[in-house]
Amino acid sequence: MNPLAKLNTFFNRIPLHLAVVVMCLLWVIPTVGLFITSFRSRQAVRESGWWTVFGSQPVVGQSEYNTYCASCHGADGKEIANADLSDPAVLAKYVRAINMLVYLRDPAQGHPQLTNPPLPSNATEAQSILAPILTYMGTLAGQKNTTGQLTLDNYLDALVGYKGTANYASDCANKVPSTLAIYNCNASDLLNQAGMGRAFINTIIVAIPATLLPIFFGALAAYAFAWLDFKGRHWMFALLVGLQIVPLQMVLVPIARLYVTLGIQSTFLAIWLFHTGFGLPYAIYLMRNFISSLPREIFESVYLDGANHWVAFRSMALPLAMPAIASLGIFQFLWVWNDFLVAKVFLTNKPVLTVQITNLIDPLGNNWNILTGAAFLSFLLPMIVFFVFQRYFARGLLSGSVKG
Amino acid sequence: MPIVPKIMKQGRLAPFYYLAPALLIMFIFIVYPTFNTLVLSFTNKSGTASAATVCVAGQPCWGVFDDYRYAFTSPEMLIALRNNALWLILMVPATVAIGLIFALLADRVRYESLAKSIIFMPMAISFIGAGVIWRFVYYVNTSGGAQIGLLDAILVKLGFQPVAWLSDPRINNFALMIVGLWLWAGFCMTILSAAVKGLPSEVLEAARVDGAGEWQVFWTIMLPMILPTIIVVTTTLVINILKIFDIVFVMTNGNFGTEVIANRMFQLIVTDVGKSSAIAVVLILLTIPVMIFNVRRFRAEEAAR
Repeated sequence: MNPLAKLNTFFNRIPLHLAVVVMCLLWVIPTVGLFITSFRSRQAVRESGWWTVFGSQPVVGQSEYNTYCASCHGADGKEIANADLSDPAVLAKYVRAINMLVYLRDPAQGHPQLTNPPLPSNATEAQSILAPILTYMGTLAGQKNTTGQLTLDNYLDALVGYKGTANYASDCANKVPSTLAIYNCNASDLLNQAGMGRAFINTIIVAIPATLLPIFFGALAAYAFAWLDFKGRHWMFALLVGLQIVPLQMVLVPIARLYVTLGIQSTFLAIWLFHTGFGLPYAIYLMRNFISSLPREIFESVYLDGANHWVAFRSMALPLAMPAIASLGIFQFLWVWNDFLVAKVFLTNKPVLTVQITNLIDPLGNNWNILTGAAFLSFLLPMIVFFVFQRYFARGLLSGSVKG
Repeated sequence: MPIVPKIMKQGRLAPFYYLAPALLIMFIFIVYPTFNTLVLSFTNKSGTASAATVCVAGQPCWGVFDDYRYAFTSPEMLIALRNNALWLILMVPATVAIGLIFALLADRVRYESLAKSIIFMPMAISFIGAGVIWRFVYYVNTSGGAQIGLLDAILVKLGFQPVAWLSDPRINNFALMIVGLWLWAGFCMTILSAAVKGLPSEVLEAARVDGAGEWQVFWTIMLPMILPTIIVVTTTLVINILKIFDIVFVMTNGNFGTEVIANRMFQLIVTDVGKSSAIAVVLILLTIPVMIFNVRRFRAEEAAR
């Protein structure tokens, strides 16, 4: 191909590349936005969008300082001699915004310290303005400003389920009484009932048996449907195809009542059994299709060698069906891992990851930082599974996506 | 179903040992409760007496079917039924179409597997997590200060007023459907992409040699050949959208006119067994046509083996 023709092809393909790239960007930006946010400090999350990390960082609190303080304290905070706001000693004395409010409302040397517009009289609102001012005073005093820096605080807060006004690590360091009342400020907090750490463990306890049990019972039944002869083989299997579509909602109430009668409500056993029941139709369907497509000569030859069905199942069908079992296992594992409804209904006092996330949601959007950390903690394992076993996952999804 | 080789003799009870555990579990957890729910849908709040007993003279009542009066005529259920219909009519075709378009486009670039991974990735995470991702995109700050939600930040930058994406009844249903589309497009793309790649290339080439344009090749050859796959993908999506729950629960909890059937059912599970069961029955009635369709398709496939 001559260079001109190559160039021509290249230009002809620009709209195609543009369409593919734009669509990929649209798909990935929401997730990337939350991911970047998960590393930003609580204050930074509240004050600016995640995309600002790519631009020049505005100095936190500077605008608030200029509005409320600069006219009497000067731009550098040194205007009033005995109330030098850039003095680290002053800052150290009034660590918390509420103390600083008392200090600033008290005129020093006859100079009013706070000017127009006056700070809101509502203490909470005044504090929310003073917090960035305090940060800026730290900047004036030559302290390092950490607001704009990336941090792992959100992940720590999410792991322990901390919903305080500052973050868990700093509140523990400052020995804030309300924190010490609930938290031990050591590794044991990772198991806090409200945290994602505990939820992670709960989810693993739920997901592993809930994946293995349907595979085991399903493989047995699949073998029977494939290589055993019995009455009703055809219509039973057709029924199974229909059972795959029964909505979860159709069985929640009776099963919940059954569990209360048996006294196993909100136990791991209850949720394992439920996931096994709802995983079986698809598990049997998938494995039967695979096992029955294995060449019959294999089974005939083992049988001629004197083996019975049990040996044929264990030494032939199971090992040869491994690709199908892998697809099924990954599909079922992710399904259980990501499930919300079943866990919400049947495991009320042992929150799994998805349930814990909804517990952390604040309708007013005041704790985005914790939520971002919590969301990505719950994505960790599915993402690894997805990227490592993508081929199997896609195959499992091909026929099993109507489950439940 | 393969014919079992005669040589493989079996004990009379052998099938029973292999099948019994699975059949028993499925009976206890799927078959029995399905019929139990049907019975409970004719009972009162606690499932202890007939639904007819709650009837009050002078008030509208459907007797033993009174829970179905709620399911079909109450304002919140009417909204839920309307919204599920909206999802089916708008979100399902849009998702299948976008999945197909992307499958066709990605097929022609060298970075196909990367591009497809990106679109497919949302399928791996929980709907609850996806809800958090999109709550953040749709977040509107009404108390002053910068907009930290991406969409409103863009609007403000362009000089418009911020929009309450999730609480404005004129747009919130569409906002939720976008989330559904984002989640499911990758699924449609993956399956349709496999179908497109499976098309015999000689047929397509022959048409191109005969002078057919790409557009013509698509409409007259590709589309008819992948139509069965499109139907499978669509029915799968229909089933899942009928049961749509997590997204709505986590993003609006059915408020501001975004209620859906499955969320209404969930909200009543504890407080009203009868009504909750009636709604579940409505849900399974809606899925039965798809169930029959799938069983028929399965039998046709088996016959062709």
